[in-house]
Amino acid sequence: MKVDLTVNGKEITADVEDRLLLVHFLRDVADLTATNIGCDTTSCGACTVLLDGESVKSCTVLAAQASGHEITTVEGLASNGTMHPVQQAFHEQHGLQCGFCTPGMVMAIVSLLKENPHPTEEQVRIGLEGNLCRCTGYHNIVRAALAAAEVSS
Amino acid sequence: MIPSSFIYKRAGSAEEACDLAAEYGEEAKYLAGGHSLLPLMKLRLAAPEVIIDLGGLRDLSYVTDQGSYVAIGALTRHHDVEHSDLLARELPLLAHAAGQVGDPQIRHRGTIGGSVAHADPASDLPAVLLALDATLVARGTDGAREIGIGEFFEGLFETVLEPGELLTEIRVPKPAATGWSFQKFTQRAIDWAIVGVAVQGRRVALVNMGGTPLRAATVEAALADGASSADAAAHAAEGTSAASDIRASREYREHLARVLVSRALTEASSRA
Repeated sequence: MKVDLTVNGKEITADVEDRLLLVHFLRDVADLTATNIGCDTTSCGACTVLLDGESVKSCTVLAAQASGHEITTVEGLASNGTMHPVQQAFHEQHGLQCGFCTPGMVMAIVSLLKENPHPTEEQVRIGLEGNLCRCTGYHNIVRAALAAAEVSS
Repeated sequence: MIPSSFIYKRAGSAEEACDLAAEYGEEAKYLAGGHSLLPLMKLRLAAPEVIIDLGGLRDLSYVTDQGSYVAIGALTRHHDVEHSDLLARELPLLAHAAGQVGDPQIRHRGTIGGSVAHADPASDLPAVLLALDATLVARGTDGAREIGIGEFFEGLFETVLEPGELLTEIRVPKPAATGWSFQKFTQRAIDWAIVGVAVQGRRVALVNMGGTPLRAATVEAALADGASSADAAAHAAEGTSAASDIRASREYREHLARVLVSRALTEASSRA
């Protein structure tokens, strides 16, 4: 079937299998490989992207469902060579260890801060319950989220 | 993991969805947010030949005040139920419980109607709607009908919906008794409840204590007879048929039901 998605501001039209998952569309069709496939069971959040500005797990959305909608991946956050405040905060707070969960964490935090620009630490921790860090490096990830909120205020 | 092949159809209206379902018969399955069905399809535990995507039916996403009850469109997402001012005011149990479903990403996609129609006894909202005595509105090719939530669930993943019948609205009466509580015990943050309890006034419903969401009838009867919260909660496992599985034994679930019902009744009393 034909799908038509806007990914990071660019329209992508492709003929794909009806059963193609959004994460495979992003990685294999759009050639945007920053979005990782972790658990593949809607649990770990590594594949989190924004669908019309809200965080979703792209392993549990069909490309067909996303047709006609706007997708943002971590590749789409920086503008003119300047990192997004959440990316910058991850850099400054050392919010990553192995880096596998990072794209999903960043996108989940971008969505979280959009809904709640000034979260408490507890709200950040609860807001990230859908994202697992296999290095258990949560403290600096939470610090990065709070630092990004501070910078954006 | 990749689902087995299927034909994808996107419905533009409830009428078109029903027509597509009639055309493809029992091989077709409705897809709302997809957060129950797609994981099952990826595991090949479900393999519908035709998927009818309801995601475009924006007119079935709403929360409106109808005087004695609140009407909620079946495609209203958990996120929107959680953040509805009307629900926070009139049905705080439902708004709160919707905010406990899965995680933020899941709540951005999953819908209240999808959760109810999927009829997983481990899901939170079916039991919550049972405690709230909701009425469901379903539409088939022969028109619409109302179904009391007490008659809706037939068994594990089974409801009284006919093939092709589409759940369109959930009507929740504004409760006379204001005290409420929702208790959910999980091992990890985003797990399904090992056991959950929803209380509104003196209606008590259980998550994951049998093949369907259940009313804790003996607890309710004890409360009606004037029993204390603790005494009533001692009956919480009566009439249930909890499963033993990888997460917990039946005995553990029965114990948990008594503990959580006690906590829920105490919290509900404090809010009454």
